[in-house]
Formats: sequence, C-alpha cells, structure tokens
Amino acid sequence: MILTVFHKTRYEFESPVAGIIQSLRLIPAKCDSQKVIDWKVDVPDALIGEAFRDGAGDYIQTVSLRKRVEHIEVIVQGTVETIDTAGVLRGHRERVPPRAYMRNTVRTEPNRAIVDLVQNTLRDAGSATALERAHLLSEAVSDALPYRPGATHAHTTAAEAMNEGAGVCQDHTQVLISCAHLADLPARYVSGYLNATEDGSAHEASHAWAEIYIDRLGWVGFDASNKCCPNDQYIRLGSGLDAQDAAPLRGLVLGGAAEALDVTVLVEAQQQ
Amino acid sequence: MVTSFFNEMYASDGLRAPYQMLEGWYQNMPAEFRALKQAEAEDLFRRYGITFAVYGEGGDPDRLIPFDMFPRVFTAHEWRRLERGIKQRARALNAFLSDVYDRGEIIRAGLIPADLVYRNDAYEIAVAGFRPPLGVFSHIVGIDLVRTGAEQFYVLEDNCRTPSGVSYMLENREVMMRMFPHLFQENRVAPVDGYARLLKRTLASVAPAKCDRDPCVVLLTPGHFNSAYYEHSFLADLMGIELVEGQDLFVEGDFCWMRTTEGPRKVDVIYRRIDDAFLDPLCFRPDSALGVPGLMNVYRSGGVTICSAPGAGVADDKAIYTYVPEMVRFYLGETPILDNVPTWQCAKSDDLKYVLENIGELVVKEVHGSGGYGMLVGPASDRATIDTFAAKVAANPSNYIAQPTLALSTCPTFVEEGIAPRHVDLRPYCLVGRDVELVPGALTRVALTDGSLVVNSSQGGGVKDTWVIAEE
Repeated sequence: MILTVFHKTRYEFESPVAGIIQSLRLIPAKCDSQKVIDWKVDVPDALIGEAFRDGAGDYIQTVSLRKRVEHIEVIVQGTVETIDTAGVLRGHRERVPPRAYMRNTVRTEPNRAIVDLVQNTLRDAGSATALERAHLLSEAVSDALPYRPGATHAHTTAAEAMNEGAGVCQDHTQVLISCAHLADLPARYVSGYLNATEDGSAHEASHAWAEIYIDRLGWVGFDASNKCCPNDQYIRLGSGLDAQDAAPLRGLVLGGAAEALDVTVLVEAQQQ
Repeated sequence: MVTSFFNEMYASDGLRAPYQMLEGWYQNMPAEFRALKQAEAEDLFRRYGITFAVYGEGGDPDRLIPFDMFPRVFTAHEWRRLERGIKQRARALNAFLSDVYDRGEIIRAGLIPADLVYRNDAYEIAVAGFRPPLGVFSHIVGIDLVRTGAEQFYVLEDNCRTPSGVSYMLENREVMMRMFPHLFQENRVAPVDGYARLLKRTLASVAPAKCDRDPCVVLLTPGHFNSAYYEHSFLADLMGIELVEGQDLFVEGDFCWMRTTEGPRKVDVIYRRIDDAFLDPLCFRPDSALGVPGLMNVYRSGGVTICSAPGAGVADDKAIYTYVPEMVRFYLGETPILDNVPTWQCAKSDDLKYVLENIGELVVKEVHGSGGYGMLVGPASDRATIDTFAAKVAANPSNYIAQPTLALSTCPTFVEEGIAPRHVDLRPYCLVGRDVELVPGALTRVALTDGSLVVNSSQGGGVKDTWVIAEE
C-alpha cells in the first residue's frame, strides 16, 4: 500500500520566546514493512542538523532556532510504501539488545491492578508460547481500558490509566509494556502513523503501539487500541521505553512562555 | 574476626625500607614544631579552599578533611606492580564497555549474565551501538585499593564515571612540599604535578574526528553548590581550560558551542562532572536544568566527545565488579595482576544463605551504595544493628553483596601521643585516551580513629600525601 502523510505541529507562544531546541524522531526507517518513497521534514527559519541513526535504528535530527519567535511549525510530508508483515519487525537495522527493554520507567511501573491483570490473564495459559501470551496480554489490556479520549493526558502513567479504567493509544501501549515486563517479555513503545480505515474502528492517525520481543521471531507489534497487530496501514517512526522516550518531537522552549499546541495529522492511502 | 594487620612501616625485623629515610624526620620533630606545622597545613588548605568530601560521600561540604602530615610511602618496586595492575584493569574495563555497547561478546560467551548488564540502570540504551572516539568510555578510572600484606592488594571497587578526589592528591603534595621542602631534596619522591598536563592530553586525544584543529576542551560542572565544585575549578584552572555550566553551552545544528565574549566558540571535548541523567533534558531527565539540551544528539553524531562517555557507569556497578578479573582474561588474554575481594552475591541463594549465617564477620554493602552509607561492618556492629540489617538483606537480597572484613594495612599517623598505626586505603587515578597513563601517586585515605576500618571522610577519615620513591 502507498500511504501519504501530512503532519504539522504548530506551537503558539503567548509572548515571543528566545528560541527553541528540539530532537526529532520523524523519519521512518526502512524495514520489510515500509520503504520511504519521499519524505521531508521542514521547520521554517530553523537550523536542522543532519539526521543520524541511533542504536534503536531511528533517525534523529536536532532542530534549533535562536531568535525571537511567536510561533513555530514543524511540517512533515511524505509517501511510504507499506507491506503487511503481520506485525513482525524485520529488516530493521538496530543495535540495542532486547533485554535492555526489560526496564520500567515511571510511566510503565506496574501497580497492583496491572499485576492482577497479568496474573488473571496468564493464569490458565500454562503451556502457551511467548507469542500467545503476548496476544493474550494485548487483548486483556484492550478490554481493561476502553478507548476514551480525554480520560487521560500526555503525562498519565500506566498505573494512573489503570486506575482511571480508560485511555487512549498511549495508555494502552504503556500498560501493555508494563504487563509484558511482568511476563518477562521485553517490550517497548512505538510511535508512528495509522491510516484510519473505513469501518471507523481505527483511532488516532498519530498513533502508538507496543512491540514485544519474542525469541526466534524478533520484535512483534501489538496495537491494543485496535486489537490487532500493525499491518500495511501503519508507518513506524521510532521506539523508546515509554511515550516520552519514543516521542516524535521532544523539545524545549528557550525563555519559554505558555504555549498552545496545534497538531494536524492526515494519513491517506494513495489510489493505485 | 581480624586480628593482625600488615603494618606498612614496621616489619618483624624492623623498619621497612620505604620508611627508613623518614626515621630521622619524625623522631627529631619536637611536639611544638609538629603542632605548628599541623596548624600551617590547615591554614594552607583553607586558603586553597579544599573543603569537599572525597568521592561524593556526603557529609558537610564545607568541612575541612583532616590532613595527616605523615606521608605514605611506596618503593618503586611496589609501585611498578601496582601500576601494571591498575592500567590493566583500566584497559579491561574500557574493553568491556566497548563490547557491551557493541556486540556483547563477553555475554555471548556466557561469561557475564545478559540481564546483569542490559537490565542495569546504568546501561544507556541511548548509546547502544555508538563507538566513542578511540573506543574509550572511561577516561579517568579511579580504582579503590586496600593492602593486606607486603605483596597483597585487593581492589575494593572501580569508579568509571567521574571519580573525585584527585585535587587532594595534588594539594596534599603541594602542602607537603611547602612545609617540608628538605624532605623532597633529600628523597627522590616521584612528582605528581604532571597529572593536569596528562589529563588535558588525554581529553584532547579523544576529540571527535570532525575536529580539525587544536581541540577546545571544557569542564562542565553542575555549579558552585556541588560538593566537588572546588575540584572542578581547580582542575580547569590547572589545565588552562574553561569551567562551564550547562547554561554556558548550547547546541546549534550538529555542534555544541560555548558562549564567550568574542561570540560562540565550538566545543570539541567536554569533561563532565555531572551525572548521565542530567546531561541532556531532550534525552534523559526532562526536568534537568544542569545539562545542555540536544547535547546527546551532537555526541551521537560525532560532533563532540563527552568524558566519561554516557553509559560508562555500567562497568563500575558492584554486581559487575565480580566479573572484572574475567574481563581481564577475556579481553586482554592476561592474568589479572590485582585481585578482587571475594564477594558473595546475595541474589544467589547459596551466597545469601552463607551471608545470613555469617553476617557478623562480613562487610555487607548495597549494590548501588557509596560513601560508606547503607553498609554493615559486621565485626564492628552490635547484635541489634546486625539483626536489623540481616532482615533488610533477606527482604531484598539482590540489592546486597557481602565481602569478608579485610585486614586493611596500617600506616604511621600523627596522633595525640605521637605516632600510631592507622588503617588506610588507596585511590589512584588512571587516565585512558590514546595512551593509558598513571602518575606515580594516588590519594591515601586514613581512618583516624584507633582501630577503625572506615576511611570515609564523612565518618572520621583523613587524607595523606602518597609517595613513590623514584629509582636510583
């Protein structure tokens, strides 16, 4: 499938700020499930450093702008050819050992509710394979947290989302990571794009899902929000330990004032 | 319980060789003169402004650490072996770091458990696969040693991040030379004042490949409220480099710049004295105001070198420590010259059982602890303290290791009644860049309380000048 992306992030500042510095993870890396046809990241007036690949295989760029500004825009436009690999990440060049993804952050630290969820889910899964366990956990998270925009916010932790009993893709992903770790499965947070399908089941176009490491198979994506594994409707941008660590944009406003954020994401399948 | 200690000054047949030349000096020293000199030393230290706790071990940062004027002396022969052992260990630790951020051969070979390394908090995912210039991660390796016999030294722990205390090594010598110049005319004490030059050369040698001129090296400090700030400014001054705080640096494009009165200047090497977590709010702790936003991106794309390399701490973890002799054999194909203290890992059930049964005779430490805190010295503790500690170990075994109580050697030390033996340890500072270098000297810490084995300055420890007698 050919997917086109338009992704604009606009920051408005109440009063002019002295500049910004950002680290962007906004370029899809090549792997068996995706190939970039064309891709452009633009931040008008800013200096954009050369993209480099980090150990996790993500392209990282530094953006800096050192002058008084009232607003800035980060605009991403591109086309990607995607292939359905049933969620399996193959042909992705990376250097981080999977066991390094066994650690929790503040955002994925389990609470009693998460421990119980894992125990209840895997209680009768005696001889289930790691892959089967991962599927069970993903379904359980999906059932435990009905999709409800506004129930949580950008900094909500997995434990807080469980207490809330609802959430969005970020919460599903962080809770699933927390669950996977309890089941001794390395897991990480993936950010990317999703082409919302016609049946209306898919949620946000700017999307997140978890990857769980399965021995002999490698990293496998699990989208608890949509009860599926990523297919050719997905574009993968990069990964990290949690939503903050894997954020496509991570930045700092210099001499900062309160900001209003406006994000537009359009993902469409190109007619072939 | 330990009963006999190696006395570095006296052997059964009299005064040991390294101390013979000092016999006349201390024996002929009138008590009033000694008191005068002690006051002079304190005055000098106050004037130099050295008032920080060694090794970041806490305590009052403005308290002067007691200085004992009686030098600790090594012969050239003794030092040669130590030097070989220390350099060997520094090379092995760096080889390990290079390896675990690359292919992890030592883990594939089954010599170190993967989880011990990769699940370690100090293992930085952000630098996996990244090779710093010359493959060096730990540019200043502080190795804490104790001596238990004429030929027997043990490594207590390694410090691969930013070991502190070297300013004491330099200032102790400075003060001794000012107070007792004739001692240095009469004895061939190897100089240590080349340390700053070697440190700067080491730092310059790891400038990134993109640097095509004389590298600009800076020292990044968390600021004047840090307990080791004195040392930061002292070292920057000696090396003739800028002492900067995070706000003095900024990232633009693919490089890191320093604000100067003549405009921005590109920085090539940062000798940082702040922890990984605070280096860059865009990569690590987002609330850190001590670091430089974007720095890790510049580092990972080869625009600047950070010393020590982020992630170096995984090599000096107390649980990894056990495997250092294995590293020496695996990477260097050599026999370890310096021994580790036999260590029980409470995470292993057999070890835990042994530790709980013998806790009264052991030293038990937290895996991530430092500075003598969170630690039990069994033979020096009462029953209640031991029982409380044992319960903590039993509740969370993987947080603890245990070692036998070592018979730390003693050195002559000035005390009220004259001269008396007091227990000492040793921290040399090994430099690793294009070359591996060690100045002939180190910091000696001394437990000033009679019988005490705890040399930490927060718990009554002092410092001594450490001599290596040059060969004829």
